[in-house]
Parts: sequence; C-alpha cells; structure tokens
Amino acid sequence: MTSVVIPKARELTLPDLKDLARGCAFLGSGGGGDPHTAMMELEALIGPDSTVQLIDAGALGDRDLVVPCGWIGAPTVSAEKLPSGEEALLGLRRLETLLGRDADAVIPVEIGGSNGLAAVLLALRAGLPLVDCDGMGRAFPESQMVIFNIRGLRACPAVLTDDKGNCVVIEAVDNVGEERIARSASVALGGTCHLVEYPLSGRQVNETALCGTVTDALAIGRAIRLGREAHGDPFAALFAALKASQQFSRAGVLFDGKIVDIRRETKDGFSLGCAVIEAFGGAERLEVEFKNENLVARVGGEIRALVPDLITIVDRETAETIVTERLRYGQRVKVIGASAPAALCEPASLAVLGPQAFGLKTAYRGIAELNGWK
Amino acid sequence: MRLGIDVGGTNTDAVLVSRGAVVAAAKRPTTADVSSGIVNATRAVLHEAGLDGSTVTRVIIGTTHFANAFVEQQDLLEVAVLRLAGRSAASVPPMSGWPKALRERVAGPCFQLPGGYEFDGRENCAFDEHAVRDAAGAIRAADVDAVAISCVFSPMRPDMEQRAAAILRQELPGVLLTTSASIGRIGFLERENATIINASLMGIARRIMQSIDGALLEAGVRAPCYVTQNDGTVATSAFAAEFPVLTFGSGPTNSMRGAAFLTGVQDAIVMDVGGTTTDIGALVHGFPRESSIAVEIGGVRTNFRMPDLLSIGLGGGTRIRLGNGTHELTVGPDSVGFRLIDEAYLFGGSTLTASDIAVKAGLAAFGDPARVPVSSPQVIAQILERFRQVFEEGLDRMKTTAADVPVILVGGGSMLVPRTLRGASRVVVPEHAAVANAVGAAVALVGGEADRIVSYEGVERKAALLELERVAFDSAVAAGADPGTLRVVDVDETFLSYLPGAHAQVRVKVVGDLATAGAGT
Repeated sequence: MTSVVIPKARELTLPDLKDLARGCAFLGSGGGGDPHTAMMELEALIGPDSTVQLIDAGALGDRDLVVPCGWIGAPTVSAEKLPSGEEALLGLRRLETLLGRDADAVIPVEIGGSNGLAAVLLALRAGLPLVDCDGMGRAFPESQMVIFNIRGLRACPAVLTDDKGNCVVIEAVDNVGEERIARSASVALGGTCHLVEYPLSGRQVNETALCGTVTDALAIGRAIRLGREAHGDPFAALFAALKASQQFSRAGVLFDGKIVDIRRETKDGFSLGCAVIEAFGGAERLEVEFKNENLVARVGGEIRALVPDLITIVDRETAETIVTERLRYGQRVKVIGASAPAALCEPASLAVLGPQAFGLKTAYRGIAELNGWK
Repeated sequence: MRLGIDVGGTNTDAVLVSRGAVVAAAKRPTTADVSSGIVNATRAVLHEAGLDGSTVTRVIIGTTHFANAFVEQQDLLEVAVLRLAGRSAASVPPMSGWPKALRERVAGPCFQLPGGYEFDGRENCAFDEHAVRDAAGAIRAADVDAVAISCVFSPMRPDMEQRAAAILRQELPGVLLTTSASIGRIGFLERENATIINASLMGIARRIMQSIDGALLEAGVRAPCYVTQNDGTVATSAFAAEFPVLTFGSGPTNSMRGAAFLTGVQDAIVMDVGGTTTDIGALVHGFPRESSIAVEIGGVRTNFRMPDLLSIGLGGGTRIRLGNGTHELTVGPDSVGFRLIDEAYLFGGSTLTASDIAVKAGLAAFGDPARVPVSSPQVIAQILERFRQVFEEGLDRMKTTAADVPVILVGGGSMLVPRTLRGASRVVVPEHAAVANAVGAAVALVGGEADRIVSYEGVERKAALLELERVAFDSAVAAGADPGTLRVVDVDETFLSYLPGAHAQVRVKVVGDLATAGAGT
C-alpha cells in the first residue's frame, strides 16, 4: 500500500478541500461539528480555477503576524443561522487595527471538525496564505484547550464577530477568562460567532503550533476516498496515511462491531454520554465515553485510549466519520484510535486537556502503550 | 365506512375499512393520469364489498406521485426565492449543493432581504416591507409564478414569513407561495431546500388533486377526501395541493401504520418485502420512528419528517446466482423487479429469483415450481439460510434496544422471511398484508406539531412545555382533528451543546381522530 503523497507549499483546489473536510471530520475525534455548511460556503466562494495557498510554518518570517481563527457556539444554532461570510474578515481587520499592522497568514485554531475549514475560508477572503498547522491537533470543547495557551502565549486581544456586523473585543487578564467571556458573549451575539484569538508571531508559530496537521487532514481524507474508489477497502489506505502523517503516526483499529447502546444527557452546555459497541458474534464490548468529543475507550473495563489521543468512530464499510450526535443503535462501526501530537501529551498539556481536565479519575497513558503497539 | 387508497408506482390499491376491520380490498394497475387507476380500484373495491359509493364517509389517499415527479423532474415550476435573513446565510446562496440540471430547471430570481430572528426569538434584523415589494416587482418582471419564502428561525417565529407572503399575494395575485415555517424545522438550508421543492411542485399538485376529486365523483364517492403525510397523519386534499412535499415519505409510513392496525401491535419492527427491496422500519407507539439525519431527495438535502427506513436489496424478484467451481453463490443485489411475471422460472422465464426458491421450498404456492431448475435440498437450504442472514442483520440494525421485538411482515414478498428470526420475539403476517399501504391510509389520524428552541431561564419548564402542547393542539385542530381525541405522542427535548444556560430544542407532537362535524362517519 503506497501512501498518499502531498507536495509541500502548494495551491489547494476545490477537490483538495473536499478531501480536507473529510479528514477534518476524522480528526474531530467525534466532535467539532459537521463541515457540511462550511463546505457549501467554500463551493460558493471558490471557482474551478481559484485556489488557496498552503505554506509550511518554516516559510514564515519570525516577525510575521499569524492569526488563528474558528467559530464558537452551538452547532444546533449554526445549522439555522448561517454565516454572512463577512464575520471572519471583520474580526481579522479589527485585530489588525488593534495591533497596528496587517496579518501575514492565518491558521485554524482547531483542525478537527468544521473549524478546520474556517481558516481556509478566511484565507480565501483575505487573500492570505494558510499555514500548515493548528493549535489543537484535533477538536476540543473549550478554547483554552490549545497548545498556545499551554505554552504561555496570550489569547488576547481576541475578537468575536457575528453575522450582523457586531464586534466584541476581548482583553481578558488570562486565557481561561477569555474562554468564559467569549462563551457568554456568544449568547448575546446569537449563539454562534467567529473568533480570532492568540495572535502569533511567525516565530511563535514555529515554536508552538502543531505543524503539518492541514496536510495530515488532507492526506487522511484523500486516502479514505481513494481507498474506497479503488478497491472498496478504505482502511488500509487510512492507516497508511496515518502512519505517514506528521502528527498521528501511531494508529490502529481499537474495535470492530455494532453499536448496542447509546446514552446521552446535556449538562452545562455539554453533550455527555456513552456508546457501547459489541463485537460481531462475541460478548466483548467497547465503551466510549464522550463530552462533545470522545474521551475514553474501554474494552471490558480496561482502558484502550484516553484523551488527548484520538478516538474516532467510523462506518465500517466507508470509513466515513460518525460524530457523536449521529451515533445510533445498530450502526456497524470501527473504532479507530490514533496518537495525539506529542506536544499534547506532555505533563503541562495534560493538565489543560488530559483526562483529569475532563473530570476523569484516571491518569493519561499513551494509546500505543495501552494497546501494545510496537 | 372509510375508503383507503394507495397510489403506488405499479399498483393502485383500495380498501374499505369499517369499525376497525377491513371489509374489502382490491388492486388495479396505476395509470399515468393517476385518476383512472383510482376510479378503477374504487369501483372494484365497492363491487367486491357489494356496496354503493354513498356508503363511503371518508376517502384517504396515500401517494408518492409528487416525490416521483420531483425526482424525475416532471412538471416542475421555476421558483423565486425570498430569504428574510439580514446578512445571515449570505455566504451560502439558495440551492447550493443541488444537482446542476435540477438547479437550472428550478432556480428563478433569488433575494436576500432584511429580516430573521435569533435562537431566543429576538429580532436579528428588522423586516422591510419596501424591500419585499421591490422583490415582488422583480418577480413579476421575470414572469415567475412560484415563490419560496425562508426566514432565519421561522419555525420559532413564523410572523415575518407571513407578512412577506401577504405582501406578495397583494402584489402578485394568483402567486403560488410556500413559506418555510409551514414545511420544516430548525436547519435553515435543508428547510429552505424543502420549501423550494414544495413551491416547484405546486402546479402539478393542484392539477392532480383536482383530478382525484373528479375521479372519486366518477366512481360515485362524494365523501371528503384527505391525503396522508410523511408522519402518518392526514391533510385535507386542499392542504395537500399546497404542500405536496409533505407526502414524500407517506408510502412506507402507510405500510407501517397499516401493519400496526392489522395486527394491533403498536411497537414492532415492520418489514415491507417488495419485488426489489425490503424496507425495514420501526413502529413506536403505532407511528414510524422518524429519521434524525438529513434526507436527500433527488440529490437535494432536506430535513423532512421522514420515517427512518433501512432498505435492503432482497425482495421477491432478487436474482440468485448458484455457486460453481469458479464463483460463489450470490443473492442479489440486482432484481428483475416488476418483470418477475415474465422472467422468473416460475412463470416460464429463465432467471432464477428469490421467489423461485421460496415456492420450490414450499413457502408459497404460485407459478409452476416444476420449472425451477434447482432441486438439491442442500442448495435450497443454503439459499434460504442466506435470506435469513440478510433479514436478521436488517432487523438487528433497526432495533432500538438489545431485547427481542415483534416483527410484522407486509408486502408481496413476505414468504421470503423465516417465521422465526434471531432478535424477534415473534413474526406476524397479518391478513391483508399485501394491501397494508391502503389500510394505513384508511386509518390515518390527524396530527399537529410544535418545534421551538426554548429558554428555561425565567420560564418554568412545565409551563414552557404546556405552551408548546397548546401550539401543537391548535395546529392539529386547524388540520381537522376532533379536539376531544387529541393526545401527545412525542416530546423530544434536546439541550443545546457548547452554549451556556438552559436552552433546549423541543418538539411536541400530538395526534387525534378526524373531526366528525359536518361530514358524518
């Protein structure tokens, strides 16, 4: 199985972006929202001949201004109140005014789910390059769960914008404060809004960001499609792409079976729950606990994967990602585990986004160790 | 006496139902004009029962004709789209993601106008009467007859759509209008798509509903006529002419509702075994479980209230290929479909089908089993075992719990299903299973629904739910329900994730019997 090769410094076309959307959904680890609307926006915006420039972080100048962006709010609301298309640019311009200089490039704050495409949209609209990196390496429910916060960088000034043209500048004393203020302001702005935050220098991007994740997502999405088109088994292609990826190289099937139980509740704005998957013809069961994203996978009570490692449930025929809100009894699925970027697995990172940050009692152990992957 | 009619792609079935029992049933070929098939089936069933058309007090029709017309792009109108959305959604123009040919056929002028609400009911952008009048002028100039109106969060607050509709009716007398709040629920693009689809079908829907009224008169039936909707409830024929899209999923819904009526079982899995496929659905309290994911119609994403169905490629006409040295035994996925009576061995043809095997195995008696060139009991047992596996897997996928559930079989190919299935507490084949669709139409109820995002801050949860119930009751009564028989059948409460505070999307559904006033039963 040859892996998908994606050249460095390149122009992304519409077919590339469709693959990217599929890969972002996979990296959402069960959350991050459906990229469908963002894909519709892209299709309306990008012509058959236009492209988005993707550059490596290494191509940035040390003093370049790089702006991470994404959306926050409720997916249910964003399914009804769609973007005007001006939110991101308005936020970027406001931030540029605050900082007294123009931005040189943009990055996704979060590669997983629909936010992986938000920065592509801003890059197109602002005519700026997209840098091949992000701040989360997957999807997380809160905006302080990002490598830039862990490395001590400041979220502020941050700018929230909405479809009407409202603009909220946040100058919080710390990054958790920024998350709290942004979250409550998002309600006043109508439940879904665009956020530019953690303005970075080119040097800071190179020192902290999770590099290569846009290429990784693109390769994952493309591998699933090509594997399916070529011989109907997308999994060999998916694992080849993961193995060759820069950030998710340890990966495997944690479980293969059918969903036999789903429990959900919504608490404090989070969708909490648990999916139980039973092996075909066997009594063995895997249980996935989720809080918007999948947090922990246990087989017979024994832990097989823990946040921040990725746990993604996919259709066992098509390898298409099934996000937590779409899980249903009877679906035939494979549970795929993949190692999180190494930077997320250090003690300082785990304190912010590891198992205990989500209220789990257990300490983090890496997915390769838990599964005896060599 | 109720007359239930199912207009399918191949057959038009008619049944008479009285006091909870099927009195007579008849099947006639569907005709291209729809109405002569209805006349023929109606006359046949009345003849069968030895009754006169005047004994019929209600006619209820189920049809997938409008869904087929859309998919086949027949008689579609060009549609102008009015969006009351302020700046919201400007980045995704109407009909984004539609197949190109369909979009070119249907797309008229589109307008992004001031208006729209927020999730908590606040105004997002003020309504602008002049902008709507200007749009009306442009629509008149473009000579477009049908208009779809969508507004952000209109399922919570439909008033801006109604104001725009009133202005358009004033400015464009005779305009064919659909507002999105009357069609769908939260989910802007999908609801707008459904609204446009509906508007595009309003021409053909009016013609067909008129011809049905004429057909019934011709068959001597003067009773009020209703049409069944996706959720198993009825609408008046005048309402169906305005909202053809709400009939799109009524075929499988009627077959499941018919299965519930014929067996008296309210919670079960229903397998409708046809010629090409088997549709498997779940009955919950006598109604089909609805799909929670986006449904595509003719390549267009919508959020209709549609039954959650699993379609598997095994029916009476499914081709069987026997194994030999080089390839294995295969069952389907292709089928001879309605050509079964020409192509199956049973009827002198030369294609081995699932029906050939079932008859040869003694599971049914039709055609000539001596013509079927398979005699090895082992091979027959092996094929039947494959059927079992396919049905058991389908059953397993549609069950909502791990416990065994009753299974009801309907449709012409039910002999393919074993009478014991892993996962089934029992397998029931009711009498009249072949006309379950028409029975489901005959026994349809009247429904009403309310769908809102509710904030429980400052409003007691109980009071908020009661208010929604009231809205749902009112809509059911407006649709013709007897208020005394109304009951709540479903309350679905989904809290909004990633948002602080107690906001929930709540859906309340009520049903009741058709009101008797004025019409008699």
